[in-house]
Amino acid sequence: MIGKEVFKGVWTLGEQRDGEISSVSYELLSWGRELADKLNVELSSVIIGYGLKEKVKELIYRGADKVYVVDHPSLVHFKPDVYSRILEALVKEFSPEIFIASATTMGRTIMPILATRIGTGLTADCTGLDIEPETGLLLQTRPAIGGNVMATIKTPKHKPQMATVRPRSRKPLSKDTSRKGEVIVKEYPEEFYLSKFKILDFVKDETSQTPLQEADIVVAGGKGLKGERNFRLIHELAQLLGGAVGASRSAVDMGWISYPHQVGLSGKTVAPKLYFAIGISGAVQHLAGMSSSETIVAINSDPEANIFKVCDLGIVGDLFEIVPLLIERLREYKEGKKNG
Amino acid sequence: MRICVLVKQVPATDKVKMDEKTGTMIRTEMEAELNPLDMYAVEEAVRVKERLGGNARITVISMGPLMAVDAVKDAISMGCDEGYLLSDKLLAGSDTWATAYALSGAIRYLGGFDLIFCGERATDGETGQVGPSVASWLNIPALTYVSKIERLEERYIRVRRAVEGGYEVVETELPVLLSVVKEINEPRLPNLAGKLRAKEMQIPVLTVDDLNLNRSFVGLEGSPTRVVKIFYPKLSRNGKIISGKNPEEAVDELISFLESKGIL
Repeated sequence: MIGKEVFKGVWTLGEQRDGEISSVSYELLSWGRELADKLNVELSSVIIGYGLKEKVKELIYRGADKVYVVDHPSLVHFKPDVYSRILEALVKEFSPEIFIASATTMGRTIMPILATRIGTGLTADCTGLDIEPETGLLLQTRPAIGGNVMATIKTPKHKPQMATVRPRSRKPLSKDTSRKGEVIVKEYPEEFYLSKFKILDFVKDETSQTPLQEADIVVAGGKGLKGERNFRLIHELAQLLGGAVGASRSAVDMGWISYPHQVGLSGKTVAPKLYFAIGISGAVQHLAGMSSSETIVAINSDPEANIFKVCDLGIVGDLFEIVPLLIERLREYKEGKKNG
Repeated sequence: MRICVLVKQVPATDKVKMDEKTGTMIRTEMEAELNPLDMYAVEEAVRVKERLGGNARITVISMGPLMAVDAVKDAISMGCDEGYLLSDKLLAGSDTWATAYALSGAIRYLGGFDLIFCGERATDGETGQVGPSVASWLNIPALTYVSKIERLEERYIRVRRAVEGGYEVVETELPVLLSVVKEINEPRLPNLAGKLRAKEMQIPVLTVDDLNLNRSFVGLEGSPTRVVKIFYPKLSRNGKIISGKNPEEAVDELISFLESKGIL
C-alpha cells in the first residue's frame, strides 16, 4: 500500500500447529521487540488457528504488547487463501509499518501471497533486521547465492515493510509472566473462512524427530559413509546429541537418505548451534547451506577437504574409527551424568 | 489440459569455485544454466502430460535477458511443447513482486493454464517468492513445497506438501500453481531428438507492451524493494585441525571441545 498516512507499529506473524504455538513465534518476537523499541512503537503478534485463546498470553510473556487472535474451527490447518484474506483485512484495518514472519513453509507461502494482495515489498529469509536511524526504515539483510553474498534491502515507499526471517536466527526472549498486554480477538463473517483447500492428513517424517531447520544440532553425513547401512552412525550420533539428521547431496543422490535431509544450495539451509559434518568434503554448494552455523565440527579422511576451511574443529581421520568411538564415549558421558 | 512451467536462468552453480582467501564464490563470467530446481518442475509437467496422453500441452515461460532463451530451450528439450521468453529492458531490476506481476501478465496473455508449475526457488536469489506471488496475482490457489501429485482430475488435484517434520495431504481445485521440491521426481536427461527439436524451435519474445503491462509496476522503478548494499561474508574460520592423532586422543579433544562450547 502507498499513500496512507499513518502506518505504525511492528507486527509478527505467530505460528501454531495443532493448537500449540510454535517456538518460531517467540523467536520472531525477539526480533520484533528490538525493532519496536528502536522505533518506540508497539509490538503486536497476529496468530490464526483454533483453540488458541487461552494460550496467546504466552506471546505477551515473550515480548508482545498486543496480540490479535483469529480463532475458528476452520483455521486448524494452514490454508493460504483464508489466512491471506484474514491477514489482508487485519493489515488494512490496523496499518502496521513492519510485518515479519518466519521463513518456514507457511511463512514463505503466505507472505508472498499477502504482499501481492496488499501491494508491498517482501524480502525473503532475512538473517538480519535493523532500523535505519535517519529514515526509520527497515533494513533487511539476507544471504543470497547460498550465503556467498549478503544483501541489505529496503522497502522505501511501500507499507507495511514485509520480510520473512530465517528460523533460529534469534533466541526467544525469556518468559516474563509479569508482562502485561492486550489480547484482541477478531471475528469475521463466515464466508471469510471458506477455502479452496482441504487438508486431508499430516504424516510425520519418522526418520527425523526435529525438523532440520529448527534443530539446535545437525549431524550430517556424506559420501564418506560409503553406504546406506553406515548411515545409521549418523542417526545414532544425532539421537545421542538430540539433533536432526542432515546429508550432503551425494548421500541423497545415492539414496542413502531422503531429500528432506539434504543440506546445501539445492537442499535446505540450516544454521544450528552445532553442525557436525561427517564424511562430507564440503563442496561449495554444501557449504552454502550450513556455513552460517554457530559451530562447525568436521570429520574427514582427506586433509585437503574444503570442509576443514570452514570448520571450528576438524579431525583428519577415518570416520569408521572415530564415530563409533565418539558414540561410545557420549553414551558413557550421558550415563555418568545420569548417575551423578 | 493446459500446462505451464515457469523457469529461470541462473548462474551455473556447478561451475562455481571457492576463492580460498576470501571464501567467496568465483564465477566464470556469463556461464548460465536452467535453475536446477526448475528441472523438477519441468519433469513433473512432462510426466503429467505423459499420463494424460495426447490431451495436454506444455508451455514454458521465462523472464530474463535474451540469453535466457537457452533455459527455455533446455526445458523444451526435456519434453515441453513450446516456449516464450519475456524480455524487455523495462523489466530489468524487477524484484519478486514486479517479476510475478509480469509473469502473471504473460500467463494471462497466453490465455491462462490449468496447471502452472515452478521450482521451489532459484539457486541465485533463493527467495521462493515468485511462485506464490504469481498465484496471488492470478487469484488462483498456490500449492507450495509439493513432493508428490497423488491425484489429478480435470478440475481437482490432491498433492503431498513437504512441510516441517513431515508432509501434508492437500486437495484443491484447478487452475492451480504448484511449486515442487526436489524429492518429487528424478529429472530426465534430454535425448538427442529433444535437443534437436529445441534447437530448431522459435521462441517468441514478449515485451511489456505486448502484454499490455502497467509500466509503473515493472522494472526497478516498479519494484517495492531496493537492494541498498551488497557485501561478501567470509566463510573461512581458521579452526583447529586435529591431524595424525589416534582416534582416542581425537575423540577426547572433540569431547572437551563440545564441553567448552556448552553443547555437552
